[in-house]
Amino acid sequence: MLILTCPCCGVTAEETEFHPGGEAHLTRYGPGSSDDEFHGYLFEKVNPKGVHFERWRHANGCGKWFHAARCTVTLEVFGTYSAQTTEPPQHIKDKISAKRPGWSWREFA
Amino acid sequence: MSTRLAKGGRLLNRGKPLDFTFNGKNLRGVEGDTLASALLANDQMLVGRSFKYHRPRGIVASGAEEPNALVGLGEEARFEPNQRVTTTELFDGLTCASQNHWPSLEFDVGAINSRLARFLPAGFYYKTFIHPRPFWKHVYEPIIRQSAGLGKAPRDRDRDRYEHFYAFFDVVVIGGGVAGLQAAKAAGAAGAKVLLMEQTPHWGGRAPVDGGLIEGAPPENFIDRTLAELEAMENVTLRTRMMGAGVYDHGYLLGYERVGDHQPDAHGPRHRLWRIRAGQIVTATGAIERPLSFAGNDVPGVMLASAIRDYAVNYGVSVGDRTVVVTNNDDAYRTAITLKQLGLEVPAIIDARPGGGGALAAEAVALGIRVENGRGVAWVKGRKRVEGVEICAQAGEGAALEEIKCDAVAMSGGWSPVVHLWSHCGGKLYWDEAAAMFRPDPDKAPTGADGEGFVRAAGAADGQFDLAAVLDNADAAGKAAAQATGHKPQDTAAPKAEAKAENPIEPVWMMPQGASIKLRMKAWLDFQNDVKVSDVQLAAREGFESVEHAKRYTTLGMATDQGKLSNINGLAILSDALGQPIPQTGTTTFRPPYTPISLASIAGEARDAAFQPIRKTPMHDWHAAHGAYWEPVGAWRRPYCFQRPGETIEDAVQREVKATRDSLGLLDASTLGKIIVKGPDAGRFLDMLYTNMMSTLKPGRCRYGLMCNENGFLMDDGVVARLDDDTFLCHTTTGGADTIHAHMEEWLQTEWWDWKVYTANVTEQYAQIGVVGPKSRKVLEKLSDDDLSAEGLSFMGWKDIELAGLKARAFRISFSGELSYEISVPAGQGRALWDKLLEAGAEFGVTPYGTEALHIMRAEKGFIMIGDETDGTVIPQDLGLHWAISKKKDDYLGKRAQARSHMTDPTRWKLVGLETLDGSTLPDGAYATAEGANANGQRNVQGRVTSTYHSPTLGRGIAMGLVLNGPDRMGDVLEFPRVDGHVIRAKIVEPIFYDKDGEKQNV
Repeated sequence: MLILTCPCCGVTAEETEFHPGGEAHLTRYGPGSSDDEFHGYLFEKVNPKGVHFERWRHANGCGKWFHAARCTVTLEVFGTYSAQTTEPPQHIKDKISAKRPGWSWREFA
Repeated sequence: MSTRLAKGGRLLNRGKPLDFTFNGKNLRGVEGDTLASALLANDQMLVGRSFKYHRPRGIVASGAEEPNALVGLGEEARFEPNQRVTTTELFDGLTCASQNHWPSLEFDVGAINSRLARFLPAGFYYKTFIHPRPFWKHVYEPIIRQSAGLGKAPRDRDRDRYEHFYAFFDVVVIGGGVAGLQAAKAAGAAGAKVLLMEQTPHWGGRAPVDGGLIEGAPPENFIDRTLAELEAMENVTLRTRMMGAGVYDHGYLLGYERVGDHQPDAHGPRHRLWRIRAGQIVTATGAIERPLSFAGNDVPGVMLASAIRDYAVNYGVSVGDRTVVVTNNDDAYRTAITLKQLGLEVPAIIDARPGGGGALAAEAVALGIRVENGRGVAWVKGRKRVEGVEICAQAGEGAALEEIKCDAVAMSGGWSPVVHLWSHCGGKLYWDEAAAMFRPDPDKAPTGADGEGFVRAAGAADGQFDLAAVLDNADAAGKAAAQATGHKPQDTAAPKAEAKAENPIEPVWMMPQGASIKLRMKAWLDFQNDVKVSDVQLAAREGFESVEHAKRYTTLGMATDQGKLSNINGLAILSDALGQPIPQTGTTTFRPPYTPISLASIAGEARDAAFQPIRKTPMHDWHAAHGAYWEPVGAWRRPYCFQRPGETIEDAVQREVKATRDSLGLLDASTLGKIIVKGPDAGRFLDMLYTNMMSTLKPGRCRYGLMCNENGFLMDDGVVARLDDDTFLCHTTTGGADTIHAHMEEWLQTEWWDWKVYTANVTEQYAQIGVVGPKSRKVLEKLSDDDLSAEGLSFMGWKDIELAGLKARAFRISFSGELSYEISVPAGQGRALWDKLLEAGAEFGVTPYGTEALHIMRAEKGFIMIGDETDGTVIPQDLGLHWAISKKKDDYLGKRAQARSHMTDPTRWKLVGLETLDGSTLPDGAYATAEGANANGQRNVQGRVTSTYHSPTLGRGIAMGLVLNGPDRMGDVLEFPRVDGHVIRAKIVEPIFYDKDGEKQNV
């Protein structure tokens, strides 16, 4: 059971206080997109062994969604940050680079 | 025979006898006994039958690793199967019974399997019961189920109480032996907040039995002194009878405290499950002795050497008068020496090592014990009790050199560190070739949120077996754990200890080394699941080379003991059969809990009323007082109907529908979800959420809307009212309120976070009452001066009114097809309004109705119900709801998905009405059959029933269903077979059965 810190209210809490929401930084494809684009958006989620970016909601707390950068192998949490961004903040990327040189995830590295 | 010695037993209080029964026999033990030691003291060596061959089995171990001695403990509301006698403390009045035999423990018919063992090899069930296929369900399964399983499940409700306890510590030390005590002391002295837990009732672990000197004195002195020091530290918590059950992510740890097992009538919970967050965990969990694999090693009387020593020293019990010791290491000599010093006979020590033992061996020889080096046991004689052993050359194939008479055999195949807790959360192991054991790899510890290791092994659990090394190692682990949690360890040294120097172990995985097939078929690895050396070898030959596959094929290590005794031996046999080193074969995964914990402790207080809080509407008490037959809807309780005295449920439902259609019904609709959506972008937001256009809705008006998920599937529906330019009130289904609110927030926060919209779930802030039926306007007009005429409040409009002196909001909407209003007032005034409406409605025969009448009336009108007509695979287009899907909007959630090829497939099943030809009611979920069969030989289908009721209004069965090309097949007759084979024929009709033109609601 993970411990996460909600970047919105600042509370550090047990996993049971949060609700997982799958992969972070998805780009929504709507009407007008190709079948491949839409299929990719809806179904092709990455499930890497290592650095991963996820959506979480502080469901039994402040109710806000946020993102977590963590390692799926060691369970290390590199940091959490607001969901209202299209890419991970630089300080999180720097922290991952320090711990996992040469990492990459989707278009980020 | 096994018996109580005249003296000794360091854990006993001989002055306090305790009476207990085993299989109805009255027996007596003393305070301090475990059930195991008390049974042995009464010469009850035979305690159970094995799982597959029903072989007679006795106690093997003295602790949590016991595979054989499982009993059904207690009676009725306190009965619990599969309890290990070795970890059950004796109390006065204890009752227990052995398991897995018929008709009796002494004479068991199932033992015939043992004679057939040659025909029941590994994978027997897989091989035998595969053909013919039709036999699976009705022949094989009942037979296997009858013969499978150990204890029987309890029949009565558990009468005890259980609880959870949340705790936070810097350092948790698991295991209260000398290593755990020293580690806790080192961490506690550094100022860390420490919990030290021990699974047995006693501190000190094996040290008092095994001997040695700490600071020049017996280990008891160190134990007492350290315990006193720990008790004096305010930052240290001590708990006995508490097991570390499992280690999980980020220092989460389950502690299983058996509070009341040993004192069943004491006040308080029986078990307490500690849900702990630990900064650091030190596993000082000791080690478990391995059996040796020789023929007949399962005969009652063959026990672990350490267990025989434990029973003698701790409980004053001699397992036999003449005990042969067989070993591949020095530790077992301690058992021989202990027994000899107690005046018991040790006819021989059989040491498989050609070079024999060290200082302990010399001591044994000095005591006059015969030691045979390079020898092994070829065969154990006896069935229900050891009668003797045949010894042979360990290097040979098992030709007997000599028979030695004895009534007990003490075996030791070396020790395996208890690495379970280390491994639960990903800690890795390495194989120590010299010591022949898996040890925790300190470079690959389980890691926490910061990426650093949070578990440290100490003492024997870390592979340390020399007393001095144990204490040094534990002291260092305790200090390191304290340091890692921000404390400064004291600059002290670990206590000095000394023990006799030991010769190294020599791995012996099979005895003798070249044992014949006859011997290997009687050499047990897994006692509980009856897995022998020959089975694992067969599995390897048949290609089950992965340890995980071999485990499942043979069931090695899959019993309730989870292979505590058998895993390493089985792994070694498998590796040998595959001709590869042990580390290459690898281990199976250790999973929590360490030993089984009670299901009730997991449930804790979450039972009965505390299982889940029930949500109640403001009118709940009135309903309860007026015959409500409750239906759970989410966490709510809603009246299904209101039963009058002498009335059946069906009668009540039919009466409620008729009364509402004829005159006036009242529905408590308070559970309906109510979400306020407010802000300059609220209209734009709702246009994305609903398939309809909501932004064009005028203040004062209502619109029925459909909500889909991004996959295109219909997820919720309800009426949206525009309260003002900026504000909408969205009604959701009862079960959907929280989900839909979360759905809205998800999109607002993660996709359209720059939109100016605020949402609030106000479901519980309002009571809502449906006033339904031809007399509904009349009753409202009695209570209000506002204009509620057809013009004053038209269909699908709403307005604020004063009703019975209360400020209320009236929505003119209808889910029944009748003239109908939903009146909303603050929750606190709900009951008052309900009472006023009942009073004013009396002259119209006002009839409160429940959810079933609501369902019937909506089905008569062909209105869909989320969860009946939808199941997560249905899109609005399937339901003929095109009118509610805006063509003008560029986008809404689900729009793109609904354009996918599968969604636009013309053969998707579509909603129709179904009218049975004989007027009967179709079974819910019934399928309409089609010609032919599919590839699996199953009858083809062309539709299914989604809602079905007996309509009191029409006096016959009505139904809705999804049917292939349904809307184009009006008048076709479909066949719906019932489960009893009877076929019901139903005609496809429009899905509106009542008042097709909507004249009744529009007056």
